[in-house]
Amino acid sequence: MTQPLASLRKSLACAYSAVPSETIALGAPALDGRLGGGILRAALHEAYAETAADAPAATGFALALARRALAGAEKPLLWARQEALSAESGAPYPPGLADIGLDPAAVAFIRVRDAKEALQAGAEAGRCATVGATLIELFGEARAYDLTASRRLALAAAAAGAPIFVSRVGASPAPSAAASRWLVRAAPSRALAANAPGSAAFTVFLLRQRGGAAGQEQHEWRVEWNRDRGAFEDRTFDASSLSGPVASLPVGGTPGEGAPQRAGRKFG
Amino acid sequence: MTLADARARAPHLSVAQADPDADERLMMRLAAFCEQFTPLVALDPLCGLMLDATGCAHLFGGEAMMRTCILQAMARLSFTGRAAVAGTPDAARALARFGQEVVTPPGEDEIFTRPLAIAALEAPKETSVALTRAGLTTLGDLADRSSAALTARFGAETMRRLTRILGREDARITPLRPLPECMVERRFAEPFLDLSAIENVLRPLIAEAMGILERRGEGGRVFEARFFRTDGAVAVLNFETGAPSRNVEALLRLFRLKADSLADPLDPGFGFDVIRFCVLNAETLTQSQIGFERQDAQEGDVADLVDRLSARFGRERVLRFAAHETHDPVRAASYVYAASPSKPNSWEKPEPGEPPLRPLFLFDPPQPIDTMAETPDGPPMHFKWRRVRHMIARAEGPERIAPEWWRNAVGRDRRTRDYYRLEDREGHRFWVFREGLYESETAAPRWFLHGLFA
Repeated sequence: MTQPLASLRKSLACAYSAVPSETIALGAPALDGRLGGGILRAALHEAYAETAADAPAATGFALALARRALAGAEKPLLWARQEALSAESGAPYPPGLADIGLDPAAVAFIRVRDAKEALQAGAEAGRCATVGATLIELFGEARAYDLTASRRLALAAAAAGAPIFVSRVGASPAPSAAASRWLVRAAPSRALAANAPGSAAFTVFLLRQRGGAAGQEQHEWRVEWNRDRGAFEDRTFDASSLSGPVASLPVGGTPGEGAPQRAGRKFG
Repeated sequence: MTLADARARAPHLSVAQADPDADERLMMRLAAFCEQFTPLVALDPLCGLMLDATGCAHLFGGEAMMRTCILQAMARLSFTGRAAVAGTPDAARALARFGQEVVTPPGEDEIFTRPLAIAALEAPKETSVALTRAGLTTLGDLADRSSAALTARFGAETMRRLTRILGREDARITPLRPLPECMVERRFAEPFLDLSAIENVLRPLIAEAMGILERRGEGGRVFEARFFRTDGAVAVLNFETGAPSRNVEALLRLFRLKADSLADPLDPGFGFDVIRFCVLNAETLTQSQIGFERQDAQEGDVADLVDRLSARFGRERVLRFAAHETHDPVRAASYVYAASPSKPNSWEKPEPGEPPLRPLFLFDPPQPIDTMAETPDGPPMHFKWRRVRHMIARAEGPERIAPEWWRNAVGRDRRTRDYYRLEDREGHRFWVFREGLYESETAAPRWFLHGLFA
């Protein structure tokens, strides 16, 4: 009984290995181990902002991934962004791009009116083999971004061999043809001297990975983006990354009315 | 004549308010229509058009035939007009408005314009009256006098007009649109109706234009396709490339993208009479040899992509970032059209070990926030933005940025800004500033959120 199953597995493995599956490592061993080496290069990836306030975090995470994808290659990044987002979270600021390790001179930026145009521009760029990575930023529950549209992007990415990232804010994760789907939330950074904010940090949830190992494995990490190395660093178990006063709880109890947590908030 | 008199003579007269703007718009449309006869068309004030037929008349079988042809086309659009052909624009204007509608043989303008009345000078009223009182009734009378005496009496301007109307001095018209670098067109015996075959017409046209450019060693940057409809409407489609190009198929593709993105699609109506393809702007293009490594070809692909996206979404939407040498964070970066020729710009590399000092997103204008600070010149403890209170866990600053007082009045009005990098308890990072130095510049400094970090 196990014989046919084994042979089936074998033939399936052959079929899958025929597809070139180059991956982009994130740089943090724990994550890369869980992802099986990294995220697929020639594929579509999604980053959802958990709340509207996390929009810069989601886009920042996608840009950092794009920076990983571009590493070493003298290829441009194409960034298609829905116009409405500039009112929400401001317009892209090139020195800030340089501050997360991307070369602003190698970025082409397209300001489009709606999600449909953003997807058209993204697909057009994604098909172009000389574009190193494509980022599409969508605002709200975009009806245009359905299964067909995401499938089109996935095929474009597969054909061109370069990743397409879709960053979404104000939308709840929905099924799509993405190879990986992340939920991103801003995370407190590691404080520098004099309690100054440090490098960009994110709490990321891996919602889905195509062909990834299923089960009870860890799917939430706190990562920090190290610009100088151009890599993510795992800070999941880093006590110093926790912010705010730690509430002391009575043994076996729950925080009551005069809980230090609240008192701490009041003092700021 | 008063309106009452006019109504008494023609009881069914319909009356409308004069609308000079609408008249001008109509004349502009007619001017566009007339560009199928010659590229040099100018408006002639008070509902006239001036066409420079130099080098174009033979295409219509001579000046007289061309004049008839234009009048017939106007008649088809239900316009009646007067037209004259002469050696100078002023002579043609005077003949069409005050004399016979003739075609003067070369160099014989004077014979036809001499009998014209003084009114043809279109001089100020007192000049005309003075001339008439002196017994000078025609231009010929004036021409026979000594010009020095006339100039002293009536001014140089009147005399210059006279010499121009007589054809003694030439003046060129200023066309509405500059002459294209290169222009090819196809005229149809029957109006062209089949939109699906339009590329079959355009392809040879573009190829012909590219052939002309190739002989000059140039490539086109800005292109225009004009479709002259039988009913006088003219559809114009503009597109451009980032780098000079002679690639027929690439240009056709840009045309297709542009045509698809039109708000009101190309409509042949009763058909196109003329389809024209112009190269408005050309630059030197040397044929580059494709290397073995195909590196150049790849470069071209990105430029190609930018052109396609520019044609599809509009060039003002496809952008690049340009760096500027200034400490003012707002002016330090700007957006430029990706399709326009670029000059290399270098961005400051961040210091290793430093956290991001500039936000990923910048608000324009900065967003006002309500803050609560511990000390007047310290960072805020918490602030309220969009009705959400952010409790600050980490802060760094101030980074004091003074306005560029040497730039202009606007810069002088601006106050010094103290920038802080803040992080709230949830981990959102902000770039805020306090406007104005406490006490020396303002009593109650205001706070603004200027950017968001990743």
